[in-house]
Amino acid sequence: MALLEINNLGISFGGLRAVDNFSITIEKGQLYGLIGPNGAGKTTIFNLLTGVYKPNAGTVLLDGNNITGKKTVDINRAGIARTFQNIRLFKDLTVLDNVKTGLHNSHPYSTVAGILRLPNYYKVEKQMDEKAVELLKVFDLDKEKDTLASNLPYGKQRKLEIARALATGPKLLLLDEPAAGMNPNETAELMDTIRFVRDNFDMTILLIEHDMKLVSGICERLTVLNFGQVLTQGKTADVLHDPEVIKAYLGE
Amino acid sequence: MEKSTAKKFHIDKTFKTNLITYSIVIAAFIIVQLLISAGQVSSLMKGLLVPLCIYSIMAISLNLTVGILGELSLGHAGFMCMGAFSSSIFSISMMDSIPNAGIRFFLAILVGAAAAAAAGIVVGIPVLRLRGDYLAIVTLAFGEIIKNVVNVLYLGKDSNGFHFSMKNAMALHMEKSGTIILNGAQGITGTPKNSTFAIGVLLTLITLFIVLNLINSRSGRAIMSVRDNRIAAESIGINITKYKLMAFTISASLAGVAGVLYSHNLSSLTATQKNFGYNQSIMILVFVVLGGIGNIRGSMVAAVILTLLPELLRGLNAYRMLIYAIILIVMMIFNWSPKLIDFRKRYFHLNRAKKERV
Repeated sequence: MALLEINNLGISFGGLRAVDNFSITIEKGQLYGLIGPNGAGKTTIFNLLTGVYKPNAGTVLLDGNNITGKKTVDINRAGIARTFQNIRLFKDLTVLDNVKTGLHNSHPYSTVAGILRLPNYYKVEKQMDEKAVELLKVFDLDKEKDTLASNLPYGKQRKLEIARALATGPKLLLLDEPAAGMNPNETAELMDTIRFVRDNFDMTILLIEHDMKLVSGICERLTVLNFGQVLTQGKTADVLHDPEVIKAYLGE
Repeated sequence: MEKSTAKKFHIDKTFKTNLITYSIVIAAFIIVQLLISAGQVSSLMKGLLVPLCIYSIMAISLNLTVGILGELSLGHAGFMCMGAFSSSIFSISMMDSIPNAGIRFFLAILVGAAAAAAAGIVVGIPVLRLRGDYLAIVTLAFGEIIKNVVNVLYLGKDSNGFHFSMKNAMALHMEKSGTIILNGAQGITGTPKNSTFAIGVLLTLITLFIVLNLINSRSGRAIMSVRDNRIAAESIGINITKYKLMAFTISASLAGVAGVLYSHNLSSLTATQKNFGYNQSIMILVFVVLGGIGNIRGSMVAAVILTLLPELLRGLNAYRMLIYAIILIVMMIFNWSPKLIDFRKRYFHLNRAKKERV
């Protein structure tokens, strides 16, 4: 069974059909790319998947469970985590606390235990610290763990956002333009990190990206979106050589 | 090995900062007690000791809403009003049933906190859907409503039990032997004077303990994540309504505790523009803003300085408010000017580096 199965998803804003009849199937462990011109509806699809918008039509199945139209919080608990096109970190929290916030649901203790500093508080906080530092090490951020998130350089902020999303223990990770604003070196490093996450966390990744080097370098399959509709989908190499795609997006 | 020492340092750092905050309160208490026993404190100053605690608690609790939750509330005095009146009514009506003043006052504090918390939940559920200016306006209105409602309430007690009216004292239809507890705009008279400086300081410490520990816990992180980025907080599975309401309610109930201290410090309690109106709410907000939004210790210190200042300057008569205003401006610049923030950071870093070398 596929990990993510979207059937005929659609949403309208007023008279504008932003996403129409969108279907996609992603197998477990796949690295899947979603590309297309600006305004094609890529981020809208992410917002539909994560419950920011409610779809007008279609269904979303995650691991066989219907999560169509559920609330953002419940969808995250069901196993989808995401990053944002414009970075959304908790800027006045430290790097470590950003990740620990991601561990919120998997490491519970009551508010009263927190205020009264009951034994459970120390136990769970210690587990959280260990888990968070472990995650930060993957992204080479463990040395900056006491820095405020807003003081990190741009590339590291992007990485921290991924670390925070991973902390929620998702089955599917959605990355919205992870390489935006990065120089070629940083992009290359990011590609390694994404591959590492997929292999070591057993993760399935769906990403939106305009950087064709990244897309062709790591994505196994692609879906091209144009005016809210699927232009074509398939293996990366095939899609990138499709004359329709070249005409609509890549340019001749 | 290296990892474990680094982690210890991290925990110690927040712990140390909190310890300094508690120590400041305890040191202030000891100094004041020494001055009192040496006969150095005028009766005017003695009268200010409990209000100092009240305003500290108010400032700390409002900072939870404004600084930690990041929502502007202008009705904080309304919650104080809830705590003050509910606890006074409790104390007077339980005067005979619970003769022990200590236990009665302790229960009164719980009643005040619970009443204010209930008001916090009732107001919070609809209001926390709003953000920014809208939230400020609605909380402002709430504060005024509470104050005005209290002014038309009549409550009496006789052998048949409680009597309640919103018209006038006559409408209570009480027996001759009955007593009027709450007499409309004339308020409540005869609340036992249980508030002392020691209890005030103790409650300030408890307030600090609750707020500081909340901030440095799982729930505190959730509250701050909602403040910093609501959409991201939701995307990682944080129930934002729950944590907003939690912060707002805790903040309200602590304001209720301040209200209990307030009402049990005066023999007659009325709800006026001066004590529970929006002037008061804005005064508390001034403490928070000047002390530093999100800076718990700072707001407490600002509350103490700005409460003491008008009294200390009394001798200067005409220049009093002028100097007060100047100090307000200086504090504002000291806390918020980017250059000074930079300077302080550098200075403290220098100090820390020196200490580490030693």
